Amino acid sequence: MLGSPFPLLVLLCSFALCGYAGVRLLEGDWLLVVLWFAGAAVLHDLVLAPLYLAADRALLATAGPRRRWVNHVRVPAVLSGLLLLVWFPLITGRVSERYVRVTALSADGYAARWLLLTAALFGGSALLYAVRVRRGRRRPPDPG
Amino acid sequence: MARSLLTAPRWRSPLRGPRFTAVLGTVLLAGVTVLFVTGLVSYASYNPDLARVNDKTPGKGILGFYLFSWPTDPPWLYRLTQGVHVTLGLTLVPVLLAKLWSVLPRLFTVPPVRSLSHALERLSLLLLVGGALFQFATGILNVQLDYVFPGSFYPLHFYGAWVFFGAFLAHVVLKMPVALRNLRAMRRREPEEPGDLVVPDPGAPTLTRRGAFGLVGGASLLLFATSAGRSFDGPLRQTAVLTPHGGPEPGTGPNGFQINKTAAYAGIRPAETTAEAWRLAVTGRSGTVRLSRAELLDLPQHSAALPIACVEGWSTSDQWWRGVRLRDLAALVGEEEPTDVLVESLQRRGAFRKAALRANQVADPRSLLALAVNGEDLSPDHGHPARIIVPAAPGVLNTKWVARLTFGRL
Repeated sequence: MLGSPFPLLVLLCSFALCGYAGVRLLEGDWLLVVLWFAGAAVLHDLVLAPLYLAADRALLATAGPRRRWVNHVRVPAVLSGLLLLVWFPLITGRVSERYVRVTALSADGYAARWLLLTAALFGGSALLYAVRVRRGRRRPPDPG
Repeated sequence: MARSLLTAPRWRSPLRGPRFTAVLGTVLLAGVTVLFVTGLVSYASYNPDLARVNDKTPGKGILGFYLFSWPTDPPWLYRLTQGVHVTLGLTLVPVLLAKLWSVLPRLFTVPPVRSLSHALERLSLLLLVGGALFQFATGILNVQLDYVFPGSFYPLHFYGAWVFFGAFLAHVVLKMPVALRNLRAMRRREPEEPGDLVVPDPGAPTLTRRGAFGLVGGASLLLFATSAGRSFDGPLRQTAVLTPHGGPEPGTGPNGFQINKTAAYAGIRPAETTAEAWRLAVTGRSGTVRLSRAELLDLPQHSAALPIACVEGWSTSDQWWRGVRLRDLAALVGEEEPTDVLVESLQRRGAFRKAALRANQVADPRSLLALAVNGEDLSPDHGHPARIIVPAAPGVLNTKWVARLTFGRL
């Protein structure tokens, strides 16, 4: 089965452009570049996403039916995790030596600042939760 | 039931649906377009069509179709375009990840292939998703100097961008009608139509859609707030707490501003830059002259207030440079008309230890061979004995530790 003609033509046109750039992208170490390109998608779809989905399911399972506090864990965890994902070379210190030699800047403190930010995020979230709980006690329960 | 990678997971989130995807997709459509355009602009700013030394992608073919002479006005042009490119890229990371999350069930579509069109579409999606993640990963690693990617950053990020953009264009053409329909229905507050993205038996909601958008937006805001400051000096730079070239300046005083590469890293030996050892060789139509630093200081000195802006997305505000105009040096060797120049540095490593500037850059009265900055001699890390500074040029073309200038058509 061919499918509808318009998408087919659009895709073939797109592949031609991708192919033109692709052969140039692969001029160097083509196998490694292919691994990086496809590996990025595989790593996201089959490693990163299942990991965070599993973590979220574990969190929900722990929470049981009383799920009010779940987002007070989720939100800071997502924000902190995202910062780690983006800045892990500096936070883990794997580029520290080069960073100092190249820029004359200090590479210390990235991990400490990430931990402080994480502490602030979870701490702020906990504070917000405490405020919500206190307000909930004073007010009659929400009918919704 | 045992679950493996080959059997679809049970999707539960009631957040998923064509509208959630459409909103994120529309944000990415705008954002990725700006990233692509500013990326092409950055590529053009190197003047790769001027000289082989500027061109890290000599096999580009028609992909350089749009190249133009990079202007010198406004002087903050590259600072703006590259700051937007990198900061926006960082800001879009949460949107990209949320978009991918929203369409995860499609990865496990059964049957995996329905028709030739469908098979090609899935192949195109591999290029789209792989391309997006490849571009974001290489960019984010490069700004942190983590050169683990397989090859030189310039060709990988440039050709990778075109592969990604090819798949992105097809995706936009094929999906835009659906996205627009969903956005319009959303504005009319019509109920969401069932579709393959709507979970048939959703779990109890733990987060509203508004809350989910808030989380994505908040995450973007957090990345923006912790990185945008590195395009400025002083207290604003301090706000870029997790970003390279954020935080405090490397030094104090006139030479205290941000350094792209230190003299030590570039392999500059102090012995080659002393007053006795260092001579600038200037070559042109009428031959070669060799000038000591004292002789350069005897030539008419001019000032220019210009920023340093790096491909990595950080920049400084205007520094007050002082030195000899490039066009005066050209005239010294018989080049009265505006002409190109090949600049060679003492540095032993770095992709741009030789770099070419175009006639319009040489002709600009603010383009200097700078000897001093902010009222003091250049420090070794800022290019002592002499460095190039050209308005609007990307930082790496403002060659430091200049040893030789060769004027003439390139």
